[in-house]
Amino acid sequence: MYSRKVELAVGGFVLLGIGALFLLALEVSGLSLSPGKQTYTLIAEFDDVGGLRPRGKVSLAGVTIGQVTSITLDRESLKARVEMAIDTEVDYISTDSIAVISTSGLLGDKYVDVSIGGDLETLENGDYFYSTQSALNLEKLISTFATSQM
Amino acid sequence: MVQASSQNFVEIRDMSFSRGDRAIFDNVTLRIPRGRITTIMGPSGTGKTTLLRLIGGQLRPDSGHILVDGHDVPKLKRSQLYDLRKRMGMLFQSGALFSDLTVFENVAFPLRVHTELPESMIRDLVLMKLSAVGLRGARDLMPSELSGGMARRAALARSIIMDPDMIMYDEPFTGQDPIAMAVIVQLVRLLNDAMGLTSVLVSHDIQESLSITDHLVIIADGKVMGEGSPVELRDHGSDFVQQFLQGLPDGPVPFHYPAGDYTEDLIGGGGR
Amino acid sequence: MSLWLQQIGRQTLHRLATLGRSALFLAGGALFIPRLIFSRLFIQQLFSTGVLSLLIIIVSGLFIGMVLGLQGYTILVDYGSEQAIGQMIALTLVRELGPVVTALLFAGRAGSALTAEIGLMKATEQLSSLEMMGVDPLRQVIAPRLIAGFLALPLLAMIFSIVGIWGGKMVGVDWLGVYEGAFWSNMQSAVDFSDDVLNGVIKSIVFGVVCTWIAVFQGYDCVPTSEGISASTTRTVVYSSLAVLGLDFVLTAVMFGEF
Repeated sequence: MYSRKVELAVGGFVLLGIGALFLLALEVSGLSLSPGKQTYTLIAEFDDVGGLRPRGKVSLAGVTIGQVTSITLDRESLKARVEMAIDTEVDYISTDSIAVISTSGLLGDKYVDVSIGGDLETLENGDYFYSTQSALNLEKLISTFATSQM
Repeated sequence: MVQASSQNFVEIRDMSFSRGDRAIFDNVTLRIPRGRITTIMGPSGTGKTTLLRLIGGQLRPDSGHILVDGHDVPKLKRSQLYDLRKRMGMLFQSGALFSDLTVFENVAFPLRVHTELPESMIRDLVLMKLSAVGLRGARDLMPSELSGGMARRAALARSIIMDPDMIMYDEPFTGQDPIAMAVIVQLVRLLNDAMGLTSVLVSHDIQESLSITDHLVIIADGKVMGEGSPVELRDHGSDFVQQFLQGLPDGPVPFHYPAGDYTEDLIGGGGR
Repeated sequence: MSLWLQQIGRQTLHRLATLGRSALFLAGGALFIPRLIFSRLFIQQLFSTGVLSLLIIIVSGLFIGMVLGLQGYTILVDYGSEQAIGQMIALTLVRELGPVVTALLFAGRAGSALTAEIGLMKATEQLSSLEMMGVDPLRQVIAPRLIAGFLALPLLAMIFSIVGIWGGKMVGVDWLGVYEGAFWSNMQSAVDFSDDVLNGVIKSIVFGVVCTWIAVFQGYDCVPTSEGISASTTRTVVYSSLAVLGLDFVLTAVMFGEF
């Protein structure tokens, strides 16, 4: 029969569903509630991005400091142009830093690792990384290894 | 335009209705007088229930007019039809009580959807109607706890809660024990007289129907075989009407389902 | 030969007519939905389709999540990337299993109940008697059930996904010892809110509409006898399952396919 119990149960059910959506958003997809973290853009050109994708992590000493926003091919240099959104708080990336594409684990995701240089000046919005190091290409590595053995 | 005489609450003129290839009604014309009890009789499967649904506008005839208190039902718009239906009550064969509501809530249902009456008034009205059918004490029971006769009486209370002008009974006597049957016969008569209702019964229980009816319509094979008061029909010339009213096993309606020659069937029978 | 052709033609026409009727039926019922939000009828239906399906959804979600955790671990551990089970479990559940399995369970639990209930109301002339009381059954009976089903399935699917992820975490992290920080951070970097979570929710909304529509229409359109009701109930489960799986492929191709 229609009663308070039914109303309460339905209310609980709807709350449970909405709670699940919040959990999916915050815990599972890591959406942050604070409206859009402030970021600035840095650009790096790689010879080979080898499997790096937009939304890939950018990390410094293993700590995530931003993410890859776009990967395009540069017409002139024929290199892969990778744009990254870096948290504004991280405003101490020196101009001679190197962007390295690394892999988490043997077959894991590709991410951009930033190794800090020693310069006193820091990179600002729209700046290019001074130097980059491309993805470790397993096949190339093996073939080099094989030929040097001969 | 067709004009309805004020004597008749329902008039059906030249109405035809078919289901698939089978003609259920073929140019039927009949009338249901105002303030009386009319019984529509006929063999099983002649579409008596269909006739009630046609009057209620749940089905549309292929042609012809069905006038209910001057409104041509097949031509009404949906909203007009729903308004007209508030003035008709219908008692279904099974009672058709809502199985998830108590008897009280079942009877109160039409009031709750159609009116904004305060709860105390709804309570009074429901109890009055329940008392009229003798079920005031059963108000808190669920439909599944009622016997067949009680369910039908509860449904009757529900069909009269809106004080309709006409009430249609679909096979009200079928499957009832003699006492329950007598109760319903009496209720039909009492309600008709006390509330000034027009009552339409569909039935094939001849004795019970004849005992209360004012006007009798006999239909078979999609046609009206006879219409008039019980006395008039008792002397009706048609063989069919006589067979039906006296309940003879053989006559114009044959005992045998149409079949080939009997002897040939027995002798020549190879397979089946 | 011509008889055979005629048979095909008749069947096709019959199917098309049913489809048309069901579309009209859906439109007719949906017309009443805006007036019914937060009405008693709607809440009552949300109770019987949503709350009563909760147990089966939670239990199945938990077990499916646990199985995913176990299977994912045994496969990934060979490559040393068992930390990726977080993202594997989350993506499978949020994109596919959440909406699909929930819809299948919903068709079996709530859909069949809807069909049987409405079929029984039809067989016992309750629908006719509503009409004769001047109450439109589409409004009183159908619309509340439609909207409740539309809403209940997405909610159930999200609950299913969360419970499943929790079950996977239980097996992967608490039992098999995957590092918890990596489990969550891998998951969060792999799962995108709009691409994965929202697309999953959209899927479950589509499934909710389709499953409820099929269930309610099968009940409303059934042959009002015991055989008719049981045949319709079976059809509800079969048609819903087929529709969900077929639509899932189409939706997946549109949402996640790269072409």
